[in-house]
Amino acid sequence: MTKNTSMTKNTSTKKLKIGWFSFSCCEDNTIVMTELLNDYWQEWKKIFDFKHARVLKSKNEWDNFDIAFIEGAIASATQIEMVKKIRNCSKKLVAIGACAVQGLPAGQRNSFTPSQQAEIAFLLERFKALPKVLKVSEVVKVDIQVPGCPMDHKNFLQVVNNLIKELQNK
Amino acid sequence: MHNFDLSLDRITKVEGSASLEVRVKNNKVEHVHLKITEFKRFFTQSIEVKPIITAPQLLARICGTCSNAHLLCSIEACERALGIKPTAQTILLRLLTIYGLMIRDHALHLYLFVMPDIYNKDAFLDFDENDPEQHQLLHDAFAIKAAGNQLATIIAGRSIHAIHPTIGGFLHFPKQEEINKTIKQLQETRPAVLRLIKIFADLPWRFDRKTDYLAIVPERFGFLNGPIRTSYGETIPEEKFRDLLEHVVLPYSQASAYKHKERPYLVGALARLNLAKDKLHHKTQRDAADYLKLFPSTNIYHNNLAQAIEILHSIDDALEILTTTKFKPESLIKGSYKANVGVGVIEAPRGTLYHKIEIDDEGKIIKGEVIVPTGQNQVNMEEDIWKLVDELLPTHTKEEIVKEIEKLIRAYDPCMSCAAHFLKVNWQ
Repeated sequence: MTKNTSMTKNTSTKKLKIGWFSFSCCEDNTIVMTELLNDYWQEWKKIFDFKHARVLKSKNEWDNFDIAFIEGAIASATQIEMVKKIRNCSKKLVAIGACAVQGLPAGQRNSFTPSQQAEIAFLLERFKALPKVLKVSEVVKVDIQVPGCPMDHKNFLQVVNNLIKELQNK
Repeated sequence: MHNFDLSLDRITKVEGSASLEVRVKNNKVEHVHLKITEFKRFFTQSIEVKPIITAPQLLARICGTCSNAHLLCSIEACERALGIKPTAQTILLRLLTIYGLMIRDHALHLYLFVMPDIYNKDAFLDFDENDPEQHQLLHDAFAIKAAGNQLATIIAGRSIHAIHPTIGGFLHFPKQEEINKTIKQLQETRPAVLRLIKIFADLPWRFDRKTDYLAIVPERFGFLNGPIRTSYGETIPEEKFRDLLEHVVLPYSQASAYKHKERPYLVGALARLNLAKDKLHHKTQRDAADYLKLFPSTNIYHNNLAQAIEILHSIDDALEILTTTKFKPESLIKGSYKANVGVGVIEAPRGTLYHKIEIDDEGKIIKGEVIVPTGQNQVNMEEDIWKLVDELLPTHTKEEIVKEIEKLIRAYDPCMSCAAHFLKVNWQ
């Protein structure tokens, strides 16, 4: 992962409010983001205001996000409510990585054999998991998808660049 | 007189999702429940019946940050099940892969997760570029992470879910110009790592509780091979690792926890340096000599210092390998299918990682088992939190106690993504 994409020039003093959320997954996209910081941290500090990103900060705020990034599949009723809450306060919702976009591999239990399903049933019940793991678009409207396991960092940067142009020109 | 329930819904600046519940009654802690709240993804079930060749890449998806550790551990287990012995060059390429991970992952933890606590900031990105000291730290952090990322990328293809390491060898080999660029980058990064080590050595944070610990102790400190040593002085071959551990069911947590000899124990960088500091690269031993005198240590905050020293070792040994080896293409070594069991044990950034795989005579997977570092540290973390809160109750406010608990948990560098995704398997 090396720097090969320039970020869009920040033409406005107004920073974009970012929410970064992880659900059921390995959080590889979060690590991709922290690796992209190696090259882009100075630019991102000027452009982005990370309002909610538990991997980066402790004082996380719910706000009206300009962009909400969601990684991971949806595995419980509580997570469904959380995703709906994010959708309701976000201008753009971007699903990142295979688990958010396709529901896999986090949702591999959806295709378990009956005996495998029986083996795990008590754990699903104990922790109030959904009977079927969902991709994000099965729960809320998704504006943009960045697939991959992990997401491709060049595609991600392209999406981010396009969103910066779109949102800062409004 | 303190009576309260303390609840942290989601601990921040760690990998994955966990919450904590502490109950205090009459100024005494009644219980500590560290709840790993990630939903299980049942990887060990999902590999059943699949061909063995699919296991390493699928099991790497257990965890984003430690993915290359899971990949290498699973490859080791699969190769042992198939009777494959890797070549000398493959062993070096795997060492370089794990060094790239250690540099990147330890730096992420130390700068982005821990450093804000030292400078009383909420986030590392809040550091002030106009302050010379904080400016230096910002630049050091991302330079070290980038060097680890670069090393992993040229050797393994990617620093996250690597694509070149596979059963029997590597699918791609680094070009000399890439190696030269990486050598330069690692050399330039070394002074930043020495500054990092000094910060954590000078830090006055202390929390001491005598506990047991264990780690792989190889001849060449490289995280991948060697017998397991314990603080009891035991030496156990890798394939007997599972026999050391007693599974503990914590009904409030999605993860499996473990004890040894009915006692909690510690794994990770602190355990490794307590047991094997004399195996570090000779340049690391020379330049970190004053700091290495602090080990063996019972201060859990020295896990941070140990990680910083491991970054230096990873750079020094990677530089030695890269400057003395001419890599050439090699064919993959093929194994033979027969009913067998293979065990892989390596040191992941957060501690000893164990993969076991059982196959039939067609190479199909019958069962798998994975034991991760955070599961092994969980009971030890809870006992530390218990003692810490008991000690702080007479003199600290609830808010101050919460802050200290989070600092202590971060010192372990737990990875909840790893910890939660298995169902306990009872091996017959």
